[in-house]
Amino acid sequence: MNKFWIMLSHTYMNRLKSKSFLITTGVTLLLIIGLANFQTITEKFTGGEEGNGKEVAVIGDTDNLIAPLQNQLDRQEGSVKLTAFEGSKQEAEQAVQDEVYQAFVELKEENEIPSATFYANQIANTTLSNKIRDALQQLKVMIAADKADIEPAIFQQISSPVHFDTIALEENAMTEEELSEARGLVYVMLFVMYFAVLMYGNMIAMEVATEKSSRVMEILISSASPVAQMFAKIIGVALLGLSQLILFMVVGYQAVKMNQDALTGGIFEYFGLDNLKISLFVYLVVFFILGYLLYATLAAMLGSLVSRIEDAQQLIAPMTLVIVAAFMIAMFGLNAPDSGFVTVTSYIPFFTPMLMFLRVGMLDIPFWEVGLSIGILILTIIILAIIGARIYSGGVLMYGKSSSLKDIKAAMQLSKKE
Amino acid sequence: MTLQLHQVTKRFGNSLAVDHLSLIIPENEMFGFLGGNGAGKTTTFRMILGLLNPSGGSISWNEETISYEKSHLIGYLPEERGLYPKLKVKDQLVYLARLRGMDKKFALTQLDGWLERFNIPEYKEKKVEELSKGNQQKIQFISAVIHKPELLILDEPFSGLDPVNVEQLKKAVIDLKEQGTTIVFSSHRMEHVEELCEHLCILQIGRPVVQGKLKEIKRSFGKKNLRIHADFDVAHVKEVPGVVKYKHTGEGCELQIENESVAQRVFDTLHGKGFVRLFELEEPTLNDIFIEKAGASYE
Repeated sequence: MNKFWIMLSHTYMNRLKSKSFLITTGVTLLLIIGLANFQTITEKFTGGEEGNGKEVAVIGDTDNLIAPLQNQLDRQEGSVKLTAFEGSKQEAEQAVQDEVYQAFVELKEENEIPSATFYANQIANTTLSNKIRDALQQLKVMIAADKADIEPAIFQQISSPVHFDTIALEENAMTEEELSEARGLVYVMLFVMYFAVLMYGNMIAMEVATEKSSRVMEILISSASPVAQMFAKIIGVALLGLSQLILFMVVGYQAVKMNQDALTGGIFEYFGLDNLKISLFVYLVVFFILGYLLYATLAAMLGSLVSRIEDAQQLIAPMTLVIVAAFMIAMFGLNAPDSGFVTVTSYIPFFTPMLMFLRVGMLDIPFWEVGLSIGILILTIIILAIIGARIYSGGVLMYGKSSSLKDIKAAMQLSKKE
Repeated sequence: MTLQLHQVTKRFGNSLAVDHLSLIIPENEMFGFLGGNGAGKTTTFRMILGLLNPSGGSISWNEETISYEKSHLIGYLPEERGLYPKLKVKDQLVYLARLRGMDKKFALTQLDGWLERFNIPEYKEKKVEELSKGNQQKIQFISAVIHKPELLILDEPFSGLDPVNVEQLKKAVIDLKEQGTTIVFSSHRMEHVEELCEHLCILQIGRPVVQGKLKEIKRSFGKKNLRIHADFDVAHVKEVPGVVKYKHTGEGCELQIENESVAQRVFDTLHGKGFVRLFELEEPTLNDIFIEKAGASYE
């Protein structure tokens, strides 16, 4: 078998079996399953309370108010059940403390305008009190309107929200609905890209630094060319990442399928995952792969300069900062994808994978723009691979006290063919 | 199957690591590289292996340049030992052997043979980091020879080993030579080179100061050692012309003399003074030659 494949499979298997990889994968899988079952799980926790727990005692001027207030509450989701409490305020307090009721409300009526005081053991959770307040507010408005002799039809007009639509005139521009869907999708994809590049880039740098610090590197480079080693690592980790992502997707898909009823709507509708566009998916794959190659090459190059594994983090810190910067700009760009800043930065190769993807996802931009940025990106990757291979060949032979970016020059010289 | 170095030079910035080194190492030869720290031994090895490109001159094995296509013919034990600390001995050696173009099954059988030979078969499934330094070194040695290389380069193979292990490794090296491997090794332990090598080269700051066959080097060195044990005071012999060094010992003295004829003169001065129990003329040791030729810069 070709040496390249031996090294590639070694990297793949070695990383696959590593504890940190297994733990990360396990935790992420749990998260995915947890997220897919989120609705079911939350219902399990809150389900018990909803039966009788939401019952709220009412004291004070209950006669006129309790029926219309209950009426208002019934219109809300997860309705609250009110019960007129026969007894004094102290007795009501005792009943709440004994958890017979979840809370109690003291209603007052002055000039036919209602007011209330809410009592509960804990008032940190405002869900219940807000519901009752909102209902009471509506009731108050209704009573006041009634007093002013406003006709119900007119009152309906006053209280209903105004219709306000936005329509893009450009032919291919996205509608508001599409845009918000795209935003959710792009948001998720950016996150995945960010984490993947950061994690796998780190993995490569560590892989190289481990071989170097353990000095096994000298045997390796006498057996196979450093350039082949570098790319075997990059592609080995890429395949590992791919298997990981596929595993996540399969598990995620199964988990979603099992919970389909609970999840129609909810989170997935918000992220727009239910109608993923094929073209956007293709762009995602393209930018993902190119972004990975760019940063992986950089990480391998930086990793080769390290003498001790402790220095690896320090040396790849600038790279991490660039990734974070790209992510930050992308987050800003989510709300203003057509701003000049985003447009310009989307052509800078280190930002292209995220920012051009963002623009493709959210705007209708001509293909030549995307093509140009992909061209620049590929060119940068090629240049970086050539320089990276040179630095790698030299860097793996260098052992020094400090590892710094200054070593790049020394490494280039060491690998120079004279 | 000869290894040829022709006017090889390596410059690092302004400093000269190897300066116009020319060598011919014939097939099935054990060649010793001597030199103090920083003499350019490791740099020379790295150039032979193609890890570094020479600034000038050329290197060829079997009249061809050494490239990665030939790495299965070459074995290398680097001075800086290193293996994957977290990998099992077996996985490690199989991986490294496969990188040298070996078949997995064959590597496993070879591996068993070597572990058996070094009396460490129980380490096969252990992680390298759990092994002692000496045993790690044995594993490292196996990784250099498992694929039966034609050319074996050993950089300080015996450093850091106890005498028992040194003997074991020496035996292995000699066996490999007898099986036809050409071996180049470096050391600053003179007795190892003296014992194992026919040809040698002493490097000093990148320059070869002594080079050739061990016997010829010794002969051409001229100076001899003379050991005298006597019942009377022999201090006066240091006045004899031709005596280079004099060292008083408990039973007499040790002399370094310019040539054999000086011994005769020394013997004459002793004649009739009393009972001489020992009068021995010895070949110079490699140590003497090394100190003489390369010592100046280390003193």
